[in-house]
Amino acid sequence: MIEFDGVTFAYPDAAAPTLRDVAFRVSDGDLCVVVGRTGTGKSTLLGLVNGLVPHFTGGTLTGGVRVDGRLTAHHRPRELADVVGYVGQNPLLGFVTDRAEDEIAYGMEQLGLAPATMRKRVEETLDVMNISALRDRPLADLSGGQQQRVAIAAVLAAQPRVLVLDEPTSALDPNAAADVLAAITTLVHDVGMTVLLAEHRLERVLHYADKVAWVRPDGGVSYGEPGEVLLGCDVVPPLADLARTLGWDAVPTSVRDARRRAGRERIEVVAPSDAPLPTAPVGLSVAGLSVDYGRLRAVNSVTLGFASGTVTGLMGRNGAGKSSLLWAVAGGVRSTGTVDAAGRDPRALRPADARRVVTLVPQTASDLLYLPTVADELDRADAESGASPGASRAILDRLGADLEVDADPRDLSEGQRLSLVLAIQLAASPEVVCLDEPTRGLDYEMKHRLTAILRGLAAEGRTILVSTHDVEFAASATDRLVVMADGDVIADGPTREVATSSPTFAPQVAKVFAPVPVLTAAEVGR
Amino acid sequence: MASETALSTDQPRTGPRVRPAHPWAWWGWALGIAGAASVGTNPLLNALIALAVAAVALLRRTDDPWARSIGAYFVLAGLVLGIRLFFATVVGAGSGTTVLFTLPQVALPDWAAGIRLGGPVTAEPLAYTAYDSLRLGLILLCLGAANALANPKRALKSVPAALYEASVAVVIALSVAPQLVESTQRIRRAQRLRGGAGAGWRSVSRVVVPVLADAVDRSMSLAAGMEARGFGRTRDARRQPPGVTAGLLVAMMVATFGGFLLLAGDTPQARTAAGACLVAGCVGVAAGLRLSGRRLAVTRYRPEPWTPRDTGLVVAGLVALGAAAVLGSTAWPEGYAVMHPSTDPLIWPTLHPAMAPVLLGALAPLALTAAPDGGRP
Repeated sequence: MIEFDGVTFAYPDAAAPTLRDVAFRVSDGDLCVVVGRTGTGKSTLLGLVNGLVPHFTGGTLTGGVRVDGRLTAHHRPRELADVVGYVGQNPLLGFVTDRAEDEIAYGMEQLGLAPATMRKRVEETLDVMNISALRDRPLADLSGGQQQRVAIAAVLAAQPRVLVLDEPTSALDPNAAADVLAAITTLVHDVGMTVLLAEHRLERVLHYADKVAWVRPDGGVSYGEPGEVLLGCDVVPPLADLARTLGWDAVPTSVRDARRRAGRERIEVVAPSDAPLPTAPVGLSVAGLSVDYGRLRAVNSVTLGFASGTVTGLMGRNGAGKSSLLWAVAGGVRSTGTVDAAGRDPRALRPADARRVVTLVPQTASDLLYLPTVADELDRADAESGASPGASRAILDRLGADLEVDADPRDLSEGQRLSLVLAIQLAASPEVVCLDEPTRGLDYEMKHRLTAILRGLAAEGRTILVSTHDVEFAASATDRLVVMADGDVIADGPTREVATSSPTFAPQVAKVFAPVPVLTAAEVGR
Repeated sequence: MASETALSTDQPRTGPRVRPAHPWAWWGWALGIAGAASVGTNPLLNALIALAVAAVALLRRTDDPWARSIGAYFVLAGLVLGIRLFFATVVGAGSGTTVLFTLPQVALPDWAAGIRLGGPVTAEPLAYTAYDSLRLGLILLCLGAANALANPKRALKSVPAALYEASVAVVIALSVAPQLVESTQRIRRAQRLRGGAGAGWRSVSRVVVPVLADAVDRSMSLAAGMEARGFGRTRDARRQPPGVTAGLLVAMMVATFGGFLLLAGDTPQARTAAGACLVAGCVGVAAGLRLSGRRLAVTRYRPEPWTPRDTGLVVAGLVALGAAAVLGSTAWPEGYAVMHPSTDPLIWPTLHPAMAPVLLGALAPLALTAAPDGGRP
C-alpha cells in the first residue's frame, strides 16, 4: 500500500539529508509504528506519505514514494486527500471549522461529494469514532482525547485507504490515549485501514503494531517485526530495556508476552527496599489551596507538604487540576488558601522575587523565550536573576545540553529547548522547582537525562514538583506520587506504592512482575 | 401584508431543533430597515423603529459570542448622539431664534472669526442635529442587529461559489482574533515566571515575539491541515468560459457608475440612465459570479435552506423601505413634509398613517421567527 523506493530527502539549506536510501513497503491493512530519537525525521517520513513533504515544506526528494500506486512526487497533498488521511501533531491547530460535525464534512466538501452522501458518511463516521454526542460542540471546548478522535473522524469521512498519525497520544493522559488507540485498532481490524503512526511512548502502542519502522540517526530506516527491530534500536521502551537486561533474544511486544516468558524462565525478582519518604525539612507546604476559574473549581482545597530533596510527581487525567496547582504555587493564577515556601508566600511577592522562591517551567516552554539567540537568552536570565554573568550558561552545561549559543531558540529541538528554559529558570536558584508536563516530545534517552537532572536538583536540597502523564517517567524519576481527580487529591504516597496499586499508573515492568513491586528494568537487573 | 404572510409561515416546525433563520435573511431585513431609516429625519418615526429593532434583536438573538456584540452597537449609537449634541450645544453654528439657555462665551482670537464657543444655545440647530444623529444611530443599530442575529461564519458559508476563497480567508481571519487573545494571555502569564512583564519596549517585545511566533505556527498548521484535506483540489479553470473575469469587472464598474449617477444625478434622464446602469450591472455581476463559480466543484454540507420564512423576513425589510421611500419622495409633498419635519421654524413632528407599514416591517420578525432554543426570555 505504501512503498518507499530508494528515498533520500534533504530540507533546503540542510547540511545532510534527513532521510537516506529509505526502502520499505507497508502492506495493505498493517499497522506500522514509526520510532526513532527526537529530531531524526519521523515527521518527515510521515509527511512524505501524503506529499506534504516536499510539496508543502520544500526540499529535494530523490527516489519514489508510492501510495496506492500514486507517486507522491507527482501528486500534491490535496490530490491524495482521498487516499491518505493525515492527522498532525496538534489536532486543534489543524481544525478548519469550529464545530465537530462541520469539521468532519469539510474534507468531503473539498472532494465535491454529493450532499446526500456526505450526510450519510458523517453519521457513520460519528458512530465509528463514537463521538456522536460531540457533534454540535465547539471544537475548542473538547478535551484533548475528544479533539484527537474528531480529527481522526474528520479524515476518515473521506474514506481514505491509509491513515497517517503523527504522535496522536503525546498530549493525552493514559486513559484518553488508550481510547484513541482502541479507535485506531478498530479501524485496522474492522475496516482494513493501513495505518502509519509515529509515537514516542512505545509502551502505549507496541502491542498493536504489526511492523516497526525505525528511523536511524544516520537517516536510514530499519523495517521489520517489532521484536527484532527493537532489539538493536536506540529507542528503548521499558520492555526492550527489560529484554536487554535479561538477555532475551527478542523484545516481547506486550506485557502478557513478557509475563509468560518471565514465568517460563522462572525469573525471580526482589523489590528493593526504599528508605521511608522524608517528611522534614518541609520545602513547600500548601493548605486549603483552591483555584477557581469562574464557576469551575480546578483545585479544591488541597493540603499537602513537600519535603526538600524529594521529587514529587503529580498525575491524573487532563483537567484534573495538576497544572492549576503548579501555577497557583508559583503565584501565576489567583488562588485562595495558604502557600508556604520556606517561610514565604510567592503569591505575595513581586514576580521578580517570586521566581527566586518558586520557579515553574510551563507546558509550552517556548512561551518564555523571546530573544533571537540562545546566548542573549542566557545573558538576559543572568540579569533578571541578579546572578553573576555566565551563571545560567554554567547551569546549562551542567544539565548536559550541548547548545550552539548563537542558535535561534525557536529552532531547537524539544529537549534542547526544555534544557534552555530550565537553565533560565534555575539561574534564580529557587528552592522549589515545578515542571509542567516536561516529557512531551522527549524520547527515552532524553527522559533518562531529565530524570538524572531532577535527581541532581533534589540532591542539592531543592523541592521538585513535576506533573506528568508518563507513567514510565514517573516511576523512574519520582519519589512520591500525588494523584489528582477533579481538583482533589485522591492518592498520595511513595511512588512504588501508588504506581503498583493500580494498572493505570503502573509501569510495564511492574505489570510484568506483579505482585512484586519492581518499577524499572534496572531494579530487575540488580 | 408582510405580517399576514408572516403569520402563515410561522407554523410549529417539525424536526428536533428550531432552525434559526437564514443569516442573509436577517441581513436583508436589517438593511431594508436601515434604508428606511435613512430616508427621513422624523424623530418620532425613527425612535419607534429603533425600539422595534432593539426588541427584535434582544428577543431573537442566541447566547453565542457574536450575539453579545449588540451592546457595543447600542453604546456606539448613543455616543454618536451624545457627541454631536455636545458639539451642537458648545460650538454654536446655527441661526435659530428660540434661545433655550445661554452658556458663557469664550472669546476667540480674530483669526477664528466665525466660530463661536459657548454663547446662546438655540433650539433649532439642536433639533436638527438631534434628528440627524438619531437617524445615523438607528442605521448603526440596524447593522448591529444583523450582526447579532446572523452567525457571521454561517453567513459566509452561503456565499456564491465564486467568492468561496474570499469567504474562507474571512472565516480564518475571524478566528484569528480570539486565538491571538488566548495566546497573549497565556504568554503574559508565562512571562511573569521570568520576573514580570517589566516596562517599556522590552515588555512589549517579550510578549509580541512569542505571540507572533505562535500565530505563524498556527497558520502553518492550518494551511498544512487544509492542504492535506483537499482544499483547492477541485479548481479547474477549464470549466470556466474565457473572459469571465474581465466581464465581471466591467459589470461591477457599470453597477458602480449607476449607483453614482443615482446619487448625484438630478434630472429624470440621469435617473433613468442610473436605473438602467444599475440593473444591467447587477445582472452582469450575478451572471459573472455564477459562471466563475463553475470552476469550483466544492459541495456544501447541510447548507442553510432558504425557507418562505426567510423570504418573509426580506420582504418585511423591503416593505418598510418601500413605504419610507414613497413617503419621503418629493412627488408627495405631504409625505415629504412629515418625513422631514421642519426645524426652522421649529414645529412639533407628527406621525402619518402611511408610516404603519414601516413599523410593521420592523416588527415583523417577532411574528415570523421563533425565539432561539437558548430559552432567552
